[in-house]
Amino acid sequence: MSAHETARGDVQLGIPPMPAPDYPPEVRTRLETDAAEVISRYPDSRSALLPLLHLVQSEEGHVTRTGMQFCADVLGLTTAEVTAVATFYSMYRRRPSGDYQVGVCTNTLCAVMGGDAIFGALREHLGVGNGETTADGKVTLEHIECNAACDFAPVLMVNWEFFDNQTIESAKRLVDDLRAGNEVIPTRGAPLCDFKQTARVLAGFPDQRPGSVEAGGSAGPASLVGLKLAKGERGPETVVSPRHPEVPHEEPVTTHASRHDAPQPSSASDPHHPAGPVTEGDES
Amino acid sequence: MTEAVDRTSPEKLLTPVLSAFWDEDESWTLDVYRAHGGYRGLAKALAMPPDDVIAYVKESGLRGRGGAGFPTGMKWQFIPQGDDKPHYLVVNADESEPGTCKDIPLLLANPHSLVEGIVIACHAIRSNHAFIYLRGEVVPVLRRLHAAVAEAYAAGYLGKGALGDGGDLDITVHAGAGAYICGEETALLDSLEGRRGQPRLRPPFPAVAGLYACPTVVNNVESIASVPAIMDRGKEWFRSMGSEKSPGFTLYSLSGHVARPGQYEAPLGITLRELLQLGGGCGRGTGSSSGRRAGPRPPCSPRSTSTSPSTTRASWAPGRCWAPRRSSASTKRRAWCGP
Ligand SMILES: Cc1cc2nc3c(=O)[nH]c(=O)nc-3n(C[C@H](O)[C@H](O)[C@H](O)COP(=O)(O)O)c2cc1C
Ligand code: FES
Repeated sequence: MSAHETARGDVQLGIPPMPAPDYPPEVRTRLETDAAEVISRYPDSRSALLPLLHLVQSEEGHVTRTGMQFCADVLGLTTAEVTAVATFYSMYRRRPSGDYQVGVCTNTLCAVMGGDAIFGALREHLGVGNGETTADGKVTLEHIECNAACDFAPVLMVNWEFFDNQTIESAKRLVDDLRAGNEVIPTRGAPLCDFKQTARVLAGFPDQRPGSVEAGGSAGPASLVGLKLAKGERGPETVVSPRHPEVPHEEPVTTHASRHDAPQPSSASDPHHPAGPVTEGDES
Repeated sequence: MTEAVDRTSPEKLLTPVLSAFWDEDESWTLDVYRAHGGYRGLAKALAMPPDDVIAYVKESGLRGRGGAGFPTGMKWQFIPQGDDKPHYLVVNADESEPGTCKDIPLLLANPHSLVEGIVIACHAIRSNHAFIYLRGEVVPVLRRLHAAVAEAYAAGYLGKGALGDGGDLDITVHAGAGAYICGEETALLDSLEGRRGQPRLRPPFPAVAGLYACPTVVNNVESIASVPAIMDRGKEWFRSMGSEKSPGFTLYSLSGHVARPGQYEAPLGITLRELLQLGGGCGRGTGSSSGRRAGPRPPCSPRSTSTSPSTTRASWAPGRCWAPRRSSASTKRRAWCGP
């Protein structure tokens, strides 16, 4: 447990706090109606817990003790059971956060394509660390894991809409615009709404804004490269041809181009396990 | 083999099926899907007894696209019949493995292929309730799924009597909340039951005691989405692509330092070299000499680039490339180039 995490309030030590305050009656009534609809989608009410945590997050912007108490009440669970689940999943925030959650993918593909650099630049630009919010309450910066958009690397997610193929400059512009209240358009996804509204969609209530489903078009450019090639639309010329005379490629495997390339087991280093073709016999 | 590679054009190497109309306006809508033969396979499947559908999918040779490559028809066959318990289909749309990025664009551009596949699968395994467990971090995809499921209800593909004699069919779209491990099927089931997503001990397997301890099929998005085309165009057509043990087509994801990162739908058995050539080769914008002369090297080439990437997980870096020697069939079909 780092001091940083403790400072984030992820773990509470000491005497347990008093019972959580209840929602105001009208809020509770409204949420109970929503909760009933969510619960009706499942044969077993407990399955509604994840959507209900999204729902209470859409009420207050993060999962509060009041929200967890509410989930426990409507599902007949203990608050301990609800807390155990709420603390397991990374999308539930446990303290007040910004209107816009800016997640920078720093997993493998994005990292090598510039995601690490973008994250570092934004941290400096915004003056906040991972999981922290700017003083104006607008932007919460977070590093995130692979968001299944590696062919659009490096990727930023703002309130879980895709901002593909970012650069340090475009990312800085993006957060500046968010803080200034200017409209920003995701590369794939709907015009941004605030985090609470996003959480409501996640609870399973379809986005009612006109055009929100259509926004962003059918597919991003990277999703279409194979289809375009198949239709005879040529992209840039092929760079690599292993037999092309200008391209050196027959170096022995035991030499590696950079220090970062740790030697890998190969047929040369590991003659007992030649890296031959995986044959049909290997499958099953 | 390698000579043949050079002479083969992308038009011949690639076989867009699921991705065939992603470039059309509003490709995610029911109208566009139907204009491309959508829901024809369902009509054929519903006219067949459930067991025949299972046998047909089994004979097509379709293998799971979620990682382990388990034969899909066989998985369906494991569901006990004549028991009095409800059966469930759970679609694994939790895609989060770095480098794997095909289910998300598929669901964004063509969600009805999944919905149609779900109806066929539920008919086959005699299930009246299916769940799509979508990772939560992809809200645009969630919108498209909400819309597609609503359209399918309105068109009568879902809801009251959707399965004819088999009864009603409901689909619940369920958004996860951020946990990589929930891609593992038993962790996913725990998560869907409203718990922390922690893998279960096996046995019992999900086919016997899955969701709510009832017989459950868990399949990847692409596995289920491939079924309508098989029903519509026939198992022989499907088997005409790919290899004997891994027939058919699949979506390959290329990412990293490659000239054209993206999705390439091709028969299983396409080689790493062919894929990289389609992708324009490695080395985009690395600015370093090692990057520019990147590409398949021994032991990946030339001999072992005849290795089928479709039967391996593979990764390359300049001067270095490796493919785990004994991975099972049709695991994650992804590839990337390092700087
Ligand atoms: C750690 C881990 C993560 C996984 N993640 C996914 C995933 O994101 N999507 C997926 O379809 N399968 C994933 N799987 C595989 C599933 O457990 C399961 O085998 C698969 O969904 C079965 O579908 P299929 O037979 O159609 O391939 C994962 C497995 C493990 C062990
Ligand atoms: S590594 Fe960033 S989206 Fe996959």
